[in-house]
Order: sequence, then structure tokens, then C-alpha cells
Amino acid sequence: MQFWHLNIFAINILQPILDSNGFQLVIHNMGNFLHGTLLTLEITALSVLFGMFLGLLAALLKMSRYKVLSIPGILYIDFFRGTPLFVQILLFYFGILPLVFDATSFEAAVIVCSLNSGAYIAEIVRAGIQAVDKGQMEAARSLGMNNFQAMWHVILPQAYKIVIPPMVNEFIAMLKDTSLVAVIGAEELTHSGRILVSVTYEAAWIWGTVALIYLLLTRALSMLGDYLERRLATE
Amino acid sequence: MITIKNLYKSFGKLQVLKGINCHISPQEVVCIIGPSGSGKSTLLRCVNQLEKPDSGTVNIDGIELTSPNTDINKVRQQVGMVFQHFNLFPHRTTLENITMAPVVIKKTNKAGAQQIARELLRKVGLSDKDDVYPAQLSGGQKQRVAIARALAMQPKVMLFDEPTSALDPEMVGEVLEVMKDLAKEGMTMMVVTHEMGFAREVGQRVLFMDEGLIVEENTPQQIFENPTNPRTQTFLSKVL
Repeated sequence: MQFWHLNIFAINILQPILDSNGFQLVIHNMGNFLHGTLLTLEITALSVLFGMFLGLLAALLKMSRYKVLSIPGILYIDFFRGTPLFVQILLFYFGILPLVFDATSFEAAVIVCSLNSGAYIAEIVRAGIQAVDKGQMEAARSLGMNNFQAMWHVILPQAYKIVIPPMVNEFIAMLKDTSLVAVIGAEELTHSGRILVSVTYEAAWIWGTVALIYLLLTRALSMLGDYLERRLATE
Repeated sequence: MITIKNLYKSFGKLQVLKGINCHISPQEVVCIIGPSGSGKSTLLRCVNQLEKPDSGTVNIDGIELTSPNTDINKVRQQVGMVFQHFNLFPHRTTLENITMAPVVIKKTNKAGAQQIARELLRKVGLSDKDDVYPAQLSGGQKQRVAIARALAMQPKVMLFDEPTSALDPEMVGEVLEVMKDLAKEGMTMMVVTHEMGFAREVGQRVLFMDEGLIVEENTPQQIFENPTNPRTQTFLSKVL
């Protein structure tokens, strides 16, 4: 009996959708979507990776006792957190990078997103370091370690566990924010969508598919984040 | 061994040390007692410069710690410290806790450092606990590992900052035993403590501190049986 209902659903609702022009277009252009998705993932992964180095460096600079070090750290973090990523993309692609070298839109996208991500990660790292019990630093220093040795062997290995959940959030945010680099023609997912819409005029289908792909990616990442959090909690 | 002259230290408006002078000879065990807030811990922390004094000097084994030319990290390698809350490294096993400083700072090879660490664990009675993480140890065990960790750098002086105050009563004894052994071996020790029994038995000299000053200092016998200062008398009448 139940199967009979399913049959009605298939014939009256599912079949027309599958036959529709928009759906056929989406299937037909799946290669374009996948190409865009791959580049989105590439830009995101590279940006967060470079962002981690920049972020660690910037966090250590900002926490330094010496003003020559702390002020550059503070300025960098404030600038990239305090201005829109969209503006940063335009500023670097059209304004600053051409003065330095002839960057492709992909290179520009990775550079700007890395700088932006680094600023946010710096604050995540700083919060992580400051969350480690003060006694840990004192114990390390009382044994005769210098500040760097204590950081490297005692503080950072403990901070990284605290830092993982917000780091996954940063990764998710960056994945979504890379859509902005479509404006300079970097061929990521949103850019693929724009091209397809301009050719096919099927805005609902194309943008719907783009949104769905972003959603699947962010869901997968947050599930990975939950898994990591649970694993670290039990360690 | 340790000479402290005219030491002053304030935290903001609160003056914690108001001119401390004292001298500790090699192999001497000095216990510092006094009410909380009297500056005992701060004094101890000034000795290895975890707190920077406002003025005055600390001299260890001929080295002026307060001079800007002194490499404080070098000096701290000679001065072990044991904390009230142990401060073991939770991400490392007990053995790794003990080997870390020699390996990182002195570049001792790992096998050699481990051998020394095992020896130290045996000494504090924890041979079987080399491969466990601090979270799996009781308070008393943690503190004994912390003592072993400090000893791994082969210090000339050991500072104890209320080493038994965070322990359950039944675990105080095992830590004090380790400290007694250390004293017998001739380690120079400065011990901030509320354990009057330990101060009486092991201390060669007792300093009584109140409101940022050393009010009275004498042998344990004199301090505990014939305290001369009224503030010492009041304090002891409350704790004994």
C-alpha cells in the first residue's frame, strides 16, 4: 500500500522535476560546478594554511613586550579584521598587487584570503595561548627555559587543542567568504554559477545548486569539527 | 649561597615586600612561615625572578640576579622550584615531564635524560608511574613528580612554595618525606610552608614574616618554644 503512494509521488512530482529544463542544465554542467568547487576548496585550504602561519606569527607579535614587534602585529590584525574582505580583494587586486607583480586572479585570491584569514586566526591563537594556565609558563621558565622554548614545548602543544573548534569555524567562514573573489574573476564555485546563469538564464536552478554545494561542504566540515572535538575531549 | 638585600616589591598600590634582608648558607634548610598575605610566596618568587622586585638585590652563588647583564635563564637552571599547584605539563607523561628540561635546555641526549629521570622517579617512590599522564596521578604523586622534574636540572638550590597546601591531608606525609630526604642529602632549601611540624623537624632556621617584613628569625626550637615578637606569638598561638 505504502509503495503505491510513492509511485504517485514519483510520477506526479519527481518526474516533472527530472524532466525540467533547469535540472537537465544542472546535470549537463556538473563538470563546471565540480571545477568551481575544486577551486573553492583549493583557495580555502591554501588560505587557511598560510593563514595559520601568519596567524601564529601575528599572535606572537601582538603579545610581545616590545612595541616594535607588537605594534605591527596589532596594525595587521586590526586592518584585516576591521575592513570588509570585499574591499580588501578590490584594494589588493586592482591597487596594491599590480605595483608588486602581475598576479593572476587566483594568486590574488589566495594572497588576500590568506592575509584576511591570518588576522582572524591570530586572535584565535592568542585566545588559545592565554587560555593555558599561567602556572605552565611559570613552571617552564622556572626550569630555565627561555620564552621561546616554553612557548614551543609547553604552551603551544596545549593551546592547539583549545584552538581546534574555533579553527574549524574559521575554515567554514573562509569557505563561504571565498565566494567574494568571484568579483575579480577567480574561477571558483560562485564564479562558475555566474557564468552559467549568464548563458542559461536559469537563475533559480543554478544558484540553488551553488548554494546546495556550499551547504554540503560546510556541513561536512562542521561534522569533521565535531569529530575532532570529541576525539580531543577523550584524550 | 643566597643573599637578599633591601628587597622591595609592590603590586600596584599594595606593598608586599618592605625591605627584606636575609642570607642562606649552602646546605641550609630555611622555612618561611607567617600569615597569608605576609609576602612569603612573593619573596620566594623574587629569588628566581618570577617576580621582578622593585628595588634591592638578590645574589645567588655570587651572581647578581637583578643586574641587567645576568642571563636569568642560566641562573634558573640552578634554582629548582616546586609550586603549590604542581604545574606539571599535562600533555606529557611523567617521564617526559622530567626529561623535557634537560633535553630542551641542556641538549642532554634522550637516553641519558631518561636514565636520570628513572633514577629520580625511583628516588621519589614512583618507579612504576613513568608512563602515565599527570591526570592519572594523585595530588601527592603529582607533587613528587614535580620535585623530580625540578631535580632533573641538578639545581644547587630548591625553592618550595607551599608544596603541601593543595594536598589532601593523607598525602602530605609522602611529599614531606621526599623533602626530608632531600634535606638530608644536603640540598639548600627555601621552604614556604604551613607545616609547622616539618619546619620544626627539618628546618635549620625559621623566618617568620608578617606584613612584608621578616619579623623574627631563629632556630625552630627558639621560634616555636620562645617566640620573642608579639606578632610571632599571636600567629603561633593560632596555628599550633
